Amino acid sequence: MVVTGDYASAYGALLCDVDVVAAYPITPQTLIVEEFSNFVNDGITDAELIMVESEHSAMSACIAAQACGVRTFTATSSQGLALMHEMLFIASALRLPIVMPVVNRTLAAPIGIWCEHNDSMPERDAGWLQMSCEDNQEVLDMIIMAYKIGERKDVLLPVMPCLDAFILSHTVEPVDAPSSDEVAEFLPKYNPYAELDPEKPMAIGTFTPPEYIQELRYQQHVAMERAKKAIKEVTEEFYKKFGRNYYGLVEEYRCDDADYILVTNGTVTGTAREVVDELRNKGKKVGLLKLRFYRPFPAEELRKVAENAEAIGIYDRAISYGVGGPLFIEARNALYGYTLPVYNFLAGLGGRDVTKKDVEKMFEIMMEKRKGEIYWLNTRGVKI
Amino acid sequence: MNIKDLPEESLFTPGHTACAGCAAPAIVRNMMKIFGKDTIVYTPANCLLVFSGTYPHLAWKVPYLHEAFENTAACLSGIARAYKKKGKKVIAVGFAGDGGTYDIGIQALSGAAERNEDVIYVCYDNEAYMNTGIQRSGATPYGADTTTTPAGRKILGKLEHKKDMAEIMRAHEVPYVATMSISHQKDFIEKTKKAKEISGFRYLHVLSPCPTGWRFDPSKSIEMARKAVESGMWTLYEAEYGEITNIYKPKKKIPVEEYIKGQGRFRHLTPEMIKALQDWVDRKWKKLYGELPQ
Ligand SMILES: Cc1ncc(C[n+]2csc(CCOP(=O)(O)OP(=O)(O)O)c2C)c(N)n1
Ligand code: SF4
Repeated sequence: MVVTGDYASAYGALLCDVDVVAAYPITPQTLIVEEFSNFVNDGITDAELIMVESEHSAMSACIAAQACGVRTFTATSSQGLALMHEMLFIASALRLPIVMPVVNRTLAAPIGIWCEHNDSMPERDAGWLQMSCEDNQEVLDMIIMAYKIGERKDVLLPVMPCLDAFILSHTVEPVDAPSSDEVAEFLPKYNPYAELDPEKPMAIGTFTPPEYIQELRYQQHVAMERAKKAIKEVTEEFYKKFGRNYYGLVEEYRCDDADYILVTNGTVTGTAREVVDELRNKGKKVGLLKLRFYRPFPAEELRKVAENAEAIGIYDRAISYGVGGPLFIEARNALYGYTLPVYNFLAGLGGRDVTKKDVEKMFEIMMEKRKGEIYWLNTRGVKI
Repeated sequence: MNIKDLPEESLFTPGHTACAGCAAPAIVRNMMKIFGKDTIVYTPANCLLVFSGTYPHLAWKVPYLHEAFENTAACLSGIARAYKKKGKKVIAVGFAGDGGTYDIGIQALSGAAERNEDVIYVCYDNEAYMNTGIQRSGATPYGADTTTTPAGRKILGKLEHKKDMAEIMRAHEVPYVATMSISHQKDFIEKTKKAKEISGFRYLHVLSPCPTGWRFDPSKSIEMARKAVESGMWTLYEAEYGEITNIYKPKKKIPVEEYIKGQGRFRHLTPEMIKALQDWVDRKWKKLYGELPQ
């Protein structure tokens, strides 16, 4: 089928046979909710659809429904995600594997609707797995894998697949969709670890004193660490079943003998891949590391490619004011003790295009071994 | 049916840690006797959350969920829809305070009411944020001394009147709205039973005297509730799809002064302020009964 990223998200949820969907519209996520409403009203699924009055309520309802032992789905973006903030921590701490695509959109002010990662990145400590998608095929596949990973008993965490606003959400691409039977074989019916049921009463989320909470936090952390293994196994299994390989937490592209490696996430990766090919044709030893996951962070994978490199550049579409890009912060942390220069390239904020020229510039800065760490590209009136 | 006819055992058990004389446990205990075991309970952040159990202790014998403060009606929606999808019958009941209902929770409440979710929303109204230390809420009556509307040297307590929450819910034209008081037990039981039998969105609003926040002797909770009804500070009625179907009219109408007398939160009221409160009650009374009190 030839579909938008939003359609791929909704169709992914349909294939996963979700039971309850609670959602609230926000551009550019709206199509996800609209498409799913069509599935419900056309009788394609008998999922319960709750069109709530806010994103905060959407996540609240998903948490409650999932706590009753059913598979839930919602989607959001930007201001909607920010409004949900409180509930994201509750979903993960109650160990409920909800799946929620986030269409990455700039967070006001000023208000804008285009792509930026400053909505999802601040949620890095909410205890959700966070993945980013390069194209619409990856969106569909990631939703299916997200349930499989999140629902594993050694993980039990909610998952946030991220897709770039408009670049994916509203752009049609050919997508290979598996049949619902195939998906059902890969992703069996939801088998909750615990559920609210009058036959076996239990309490979830009660008032808890300091004697107990730290252990729960520790378990959440361990679950996030375990997710790394789960991701590798599930992507492997997905490959065996559907023939598309997602190589675990990252994808290395021409990194083997590369001296200069650019680290990307999201749709910029496609542009960067082309630039890498062109520079390779010119004899430059460049490579690309695509991060598929932000949480858990692929620190080992990053260290592996950095082992023989001369410089590493981190591309960020978000900024942690006063420090640098969120990926840059993570990457430098992962590369603690390494002596190679680590650069941070900030471009495409507010939804501005990131062109091949921009990516070339990133490699140029690395290859020139310039001084300085943080480079804003294309920032009018500001010299780099 | 009378309170004595209810089963001895409740699914909300003794051993909780509410203050002496708190009306909230009595409300919850009696309601749970009627709702029965196929109930899933949600409480937002409030006194009840804290006094009904601190892990690993718990006063509930039914499945029980807490998520946050402002989302009672959204959480109930999630529970009800999950069980609808499962094809099993449960009663989804939420017990929210006035703060979680009148103020921060009204958006989720209004949304769920408009969608006519099949849930029971109970507001136990103690007229302030008690759990965080007696701050004013939209339910706090005019003149009351709270920690955020203190009776100071310049401003004597809360300047605004209580918001009419039951009327707001009635305007939603949901299947059932009832206002209740623990002083009127038969009425309380009948309304709870009725709420259980109806499906769709049900809103039960119960006055919940709080000796700690209102500052009265803990032995006087029921008396406070009764005086609230007799003075018109609290009215008892039922509405179905927005139409009032039943109003309780007190036999004896007592002056507001009589009701507020024993409560420390009103101790500083000047005669003008008492009149302002009485005028408000009279307006409300007239609206509901179409006549001024005798
Ligand atoms: C978003 C959020 N804001 C504030 C609080 C703090 N808080 C917890 S309980 C509470 C007051 C509850 O008051 P009410 O709903 O009237 O119930 P009561 O305690 O009086 O029974 C407040 C303000 C919170 N938990 N969450
Ligand atoms: S503060 Fe008031 S409402 Fe809270 S437990 Fe004590 S008496 Fe009950």
